[in-house]
Amino acid sequence: MSGYWRDIFVGAKSLLTGLCITGREFFRPVVTEQYPYEAPTLPAHFRGHIELIGNEETGEPNCVVCNMCQMACPSGCIALTGERAPSGKGRVLTSYMLDFTTCSLCGLCVESCKFNALHFSREYNRVAFDKNVFQMDLMARLKEQNQCKP
Amino acid sequence: MMTHPFVRALIYLIGLMAFAGLNAAYLVWCERKGAARIQRRIGPCEVGWAGLLQPLADGLKLMTKQLLVPDGVDAALFRLAPVLAMLPGMVSLAVIPFSDTLQAREMELSALLIFAFASVGMLCVLLGGWASGNKFAIISSTRAVSQNLAYEIPMLLTVITIALIVGSLNLRDIAMEQQGNLFHWNLFRLEGWHILTMWISFIIFFICSIAETNRAPFDLAEAESELVAGYMTEYSSMGYGLFMMAEYINIVVGACLTATLFLGGWACPFGLAPGWWWFVLKIYVLIFTIIWVRWTYPRTQIYRLLNLSWKVMIPFSLVNLLITAGLVKFL
Repeated sequence: MSGYWRDIFVGAKSLLTGLCITGREFFRPVVTEQYPYEAPTLPAHFRGHIELIGNEETGEPNCVVCNMCQMACPSGCIALTGERAPSGKGRVLTSYMLDFTTCSLCGLCVESCKFNALHFSREYNRVAFDKNVFQMDLMARLKEQNQCKP
Repeated sequence: MMTHPFVRALIYLIGLMAFAGLNAAYLVWCERKGAARIQRRIGPCEVGWAGLLQPLADGLKLMTKQLLVPDGVDAALFRLAPVLAMLPGMVSLAVIPFSDTLQAREMELSALLIFAFASVGMLCVLLGGWASGNKFAIISSTRAVSQNLAYEIPMLLTVITIALIVGSLNLRDIAMEQQGNLFHWNLFRLEGWHILTMWISFIIFFICSIAETNRAPFDLAEAESELVAGYMTEYSSMGYGLFMMAEYINIVVGACLTATLFLGGWACPFGLAPGWWWFVLKIYVLIFTIIWVRWTYPRTQIYRLLNLSWKVMIPFSLVNLLITAGLVKFL
């Protein structure tokens, strides 16, 4: 019999607690983001596809073609070529192809780069019907970004 | 001003149908908005300002769909059930006293009439489920019947307590008896010390009215996760629409009944300016509570539901009835 009364009181109390919680939530602000109308704020460590970092003054890629990123990549989605610099010292990048279809965004390439030449882009909504779109020429992309600079 | 009884009946018919229709449409909107707020979402917001045209869009969508009558159903009963389902709610609204002067039909035993028609509503669920010839629908309708039977008993026992206090089953008399401020209402009635037990009656009645209208957490008849849509599984188009409308009209009737029996009908809590506006305010507060309850609790199980009724609500309402009878007799 004691269990009977305890069930009723404990049950009633828990029901009231539940009502209090939903009642409180009712008056708190909504958390929905109306996506197409409102862009989300990306977290600081968001990982888009990788892209090249250009020199702040010249806009040329910081890359010295050491091939460390290519070697670090477990999916083999990075292919880069370079040539001897005209000044005779070091190498310059001639092409940097990223196969984004196999990239798992592990970030080993960015970690392995010692020359501040790679970072993650903040692009979160890249979609396409054609997979060739994801064979990305990062040199061309950097050139575009340089043009946008003031 | 005297109007011809026929004209009066016609005006009330149109008024009540409009009231029922608007409520059925816009309570869906309120339900969705309320659910959204409780879950910290926005809810419908695309169709019209704040989604206010959403019910209209839903109605149009339902009407333009095909009313499918599958093979193997009892075609006549299958078509009859949703139409009949609308009936009890509409009839019950006719005897609800919205204010001193606003009542379609005053009659003795009007409270009893509402309960009688509530049972017809249960019958429609049974009919729809049976005619569908679908296992989900049949399980659902048998559940609905056992649930309604179990909850009608404590509900009627609490109504007897009201009848003992007021000495009438006429809803208008019951409301008239409670005119005045808060402490004249049946729920907080100081006279005769009924305040001591009436809150138990009120809680039992409110829980039963939620169970009678098949609302969550007692929505076992249309348990989506187990029974698809229960007795509505085979219905499409407005067949489904009518069942949905009936559900919301039943909620309105339940709220009206609770407001009349316990919350003083159209009386103002402070004894100022009584009128239909207070009645409407009370029913919408009650409806909001019903929506709030739905989005707070998960669905219960069938044996728990029956245990709650037979082991808790019925003993409590019986003891409550005895105490109330004692209070009425000896005070």
